[in-house]
Amino acid sequence: MASPAPLIAPRAGLAAALEKLLGGDLIAHAFAAGEDSITVRREAVAAVMVSLRDNLDYQQLMEIAGVDYPDRSERFEVVYHLLSVTKNHRLRVRVSTDETTPVPTIVPVWPVAGWLEREVFDMYGVLFAGNPDLRRILTDYGFQGHPQRKDFPLTGYTELRYSEEDKRVVYEPVKLAQDFRNFDFLSPWEGADYVLPGDEKAGGTGEAPGKGAPTSMTSKEVKAADDKAKAPPPPTPKTSDSPAQTGAGARVNKAAAKTSRDGAKATAGARAKTPATTKAEAPAKPKASAKPRASRKPKTGGDA
Amino acid sequence: MTDAPQVKHHGSDMFEGYPVDTANTAGDQAVTNYTINFGPQHPAAHGVLRMVMELDGEIIERVDPHVGLLHRGTEKLIEYKTYLQALPYFDRLDYCSPLGMEHSYVLAIEKLLDLEVPERAQYLRTLFAELTRICNHMLNIGSHVMDVGAMTPNLWVFELREDCLNFFERASGARMHSAYFRPGGVHQDVPERLLYDIGEWCEKRLPKLFGDAMSLVVDNRIFKQRNVDIATVSKKDALAWGFSGPMIRGSGIAWDLRKAQPYDAYAAMEFDIPVGTRGDCYDRFMVRVQEVYQSAKIIKQCLRDMPSGPIASLDRKVVPPKRGEMKQSMESLIHHFKLYTEGFHVPAGEVYVATESPKGEFGVYLVSDGTNKPYRCKIRPTAFSHLQAMDMMCKGHMLADTTAIIGAIDVVFGECDR
Repeated sequence: MASPAPLIAPRAGLAAALEKLLGGDLIAHAFAAGEDSITVRREAVAAVMVSLRDNLDYQQLMEIAGVDYPDRSERFEVVYHLLSVTKNHRLRVRVSTDETTPVPTIVPVWPVAGWLEREVFDMYGVLFAGNPDLRRILTDYGFQGHPQRKDFPLTGYTELRYSEEDKRVVYEPVKLAQDFRNFDFLSPWEGADYVLPGDEKAGGTGEAPGKGAPTSMTSKEVKAADDKAKAPPPPTPKTSDSPAQTGAGARVNKAAAKTSRDGAKATAGARAKTPATTKAEAPAKPKASAKPRASRKPKTGGDA
Repeated sequence: MTDAPQVKHHGSDMFEGYPVDTANTAGDQAVTNYTINFGPQHPAAHGVLRMVMELDGEIIERVDPHVGLLHRGTEKLIEYKTYLQALPYFDRLDYCSPLGMEHSYVLAIEKLLDLEVPERAQYLRTLFAELTRICNHMLNIGSHVMDVGAMTPNLWVFELREDCLNFFERASGARMHSAYFRPGGVHQDVPERLLYDIGEWCEKRLPKLFGDAMSLVVDNRIFKQRNVDIATVSKKDALAWGFSGPMIRGSGIAWDLRKAQPYDAYAAMEFDIPVGTRGDCYDRFMVRVQEVYQSAKIIKQCLRDMPSGPIASLDRKVVPPKRGEMKQSMESLIHHFKLYTEGFHVPAGEVYVATESPKGEFGVYLVSDGTNKPYRCKIRPTAFSHLQAMDMMCKGHMLADTTAIIGAIDVVFGECDR
């Protein structure tokens, strides 16, 4: 494999061993991207885990992940990731279920499954029969719904804030100042079966083109505005490109061709002619009222 | 216990068959278990951890950790972002070792794409992953020591952590949330001077300062009294509770994903796996201390062997061209625009990629449906499994031992709660 992902050697004879060990409980076995994954019958998952742990040396349960496929009849997949420390191999075991059918718990096989199952329950609403403590785990106390389901909106339904009047945290329905911006890069160039945002007036729905938005203007005003829009443009468009406006020409070119020192002199000379500079350069006369300052007396014994 | 002579209880024979009034007589004090709340705001909880503890006097009978107070819906958000936009979320999971989190994610994408990564990029990622490990262990070692009462070492090792953060800043521009590892390589090459400085630091400053700080702790009588034989976990328990990283190595199992399932340049590195002998808090602490030295060893090897060459894949359908190139060539401009708006498409499939993050096995289960956004990105945090074992580890210990146990778990809630 080209990618620098963790190197796991394929386990020799795994397919045959799984076939022999699990028999009818094994629905499918796939090897893709260097990883083994099996699908097993939901009812048999606890027994399958025991035999995988005791006979095929998968000592550790690293993860239980839920995945939601709303189009399927059994929409949820529960995916277990097992690790063999002695054989240095990983195995993925998956079962599928729906909203109401519980999956048998595997807490008696691995105690770590307790929280992992709680998380799948919290996020997807998958039930685990026999889990001794199937409470919510990551969401708020008193939360409703299962946020990782594909039909749960990203923003959720409630938001909370601290209320200064009530002196406590209050829950309110979500109010968005701006719609969530979701750029659909997958839309085809043409033939989209929905109206693109902003195209409502263009009549992309197949209906007759719209006549325009309702307006409070009278027909006269509308006509005047239309005529103004149709009026020919002014004869000489205003530009700032003509030499007369920019000052470009032979004289400026000549000035620009001078060396920088010449240029500096020229500007210095020009500056001397300006009235402001002349005033500043005139010798400053001392004011008549100004007396020369008396020399300071040295301080004597301030503390005495 | 079974050999000891059985003490005959006086009362049981005397009132055999008679109803005995067990109610308290006058003057007796009824002692019952009571429940306390540890957290959610507690300086030794390393974040927002609430634990409902049932105590018998000062002995812990039962612990019920309540997590999720820092749940931000990262996995849900990732489903609404392109693969590249989702990357910075990983920095914000375990904010003490951000690059370790990114590592699993970029490797998972590369595995799905089957993308080749240039050797220099692999070495750079290995180098910075190990620097992250040192950075993370500095925080954990320091705060663990402080939780059990010592102040000075924490201040000293934070100096080293600051150095690491400065190195990250020089490489990526950000001290903590670097977003430096990218699918296909790293974001940009490092200056030569930075590599020289890291080498110098590993050679001189790190061993001296870290050695000094640890000399105050490792043989300290008080520190040992607070940690030795606290929360002993057997090999069997460590496997059953899904331990990984320093937690499983502390229990005596030499399991390290960098050795067992090498990724990036780790196959070429030479280093040792420190293991504990008793599986207590002290062993976990010492495993981390030794890992810092091993990480420094790996960093030196990276610096020695790092080849020159490109720092990211040259596959322009995944890795965007540099800005300079973009201003010269129309082709680059198109690639740049497409990759930063639409992003690259990942072929349908699923992978579970786990790396040895500083805290243990950090895994990413990535399901792709062939579009530019992940269909599902399940993050396997390390602390989630470890915290679940709090009840098992705390049972029968004193209330004050809780801080040592949490410190030795090395929990960060950004990652635990996601």
